[in-house]
Amino acid sequence: MSHRVGVVRFPGTNCEFDTIDAIRTLGGDAEVLWHADPSLKKVDAVVIPGGFAHGDYLRCGAIARFSPVMESVAAFALNGGPVLGICNGFQVLTEAGLLPGALQKNVGMKFLCSMQQIEFVSTENILGKGSTVGDCINIPINHFEGNFVCPPEALAELETQGQIVFRYTDNPNGSTRDIAGICNKDGNVVGMMPHPERATSALLGSTDGTALIQSFLTA
Amino acid sequence: MHFEVRIEVSPRDGIANPEGSTIERALPALGFEMTGNVRVGKVIRLQVEADSVDAAQSLVEDMCNRFLTNPVIEDALVEVLET
Repeated sequence: MSHRVGVVRFPGTNCEFDTIDAIRTLGGDAEVLWHADPSLKKVDAVVIPGGFAHGDYLRCGAIARFSPVMESVAAFALNGGPVLGICNGFQVLTEAGLLPGALQKNVGMKFLCSMQQIEFVSTENILGKGSTVGDCINIPINHFEGNFVCPPEALAELETQGQIVFRYTDNPNGSTRDIAGICNKDGNVVGMMPHPERATSALLGSTDGTALIQSFLTA
Repeated sequence: MHFEVRIEVSPRDGIANPEGSTIERALPALGFEMTGNVRVGKVIRLQVEADSVDAAQSLVEDMCNRFLTNPVIEDALVEVLET
């Protein structure tokens, strides 16, 4: 597999090395893309990993969307390039307007850190290759702002266009319609709150993230 | 001209507000059973140079739309005070 993945690092990102390690373990190559450098270094795919980009000040992802790398990520995404936002990366993608909706504080105001079962709702996207609609997988979550909200019109569009990628089988955070991950209309931009990179080894409690990352590496 | 600005950021109607709901559930424990519909937002204060109140208002509204608020889930009420 010759896929080269760029993993964006903002000040405050903290999941870039877990993500790189998971990608390399699964046969891909990965390198860090510094947020202040607009160059994507000719990578084949981009991950915006988890963490607290720019300290999450103002709102999660609000400042990150203005980092120089994001203009290049947006152009790459609009050109069909595979872009995966995990956790804080999902928040950044919504703030950047690359995905609809927003992520607000969890119902109950608790930081959640647990293994969560999610169900594939659509496989017509960069994470779906090799999976089937209805597949249930266990992937950990680790967030305070994972409660997906969306205006009704945009939500209806997500439902009808097959843009809901994952739903929680037991909603942990109050997310609208149990949504755990969504994609854009073309399926090349996916945002999800659960962390597939933390579910790539039996030692970590689950290997269910492997199929998602393998699909991403061949997208 | 120099203006002081107060921006009240509030959750949009129809958007659930977990902070407000949590506070609402806590208030009866202190004997305040009579409260309801608690909504939590934030206030941003800033100073701005502009030619008029209208110009200041329009500048700050632009800031709100592009950065200070997320229009998907938040509304902003901008108050410009001349100083």
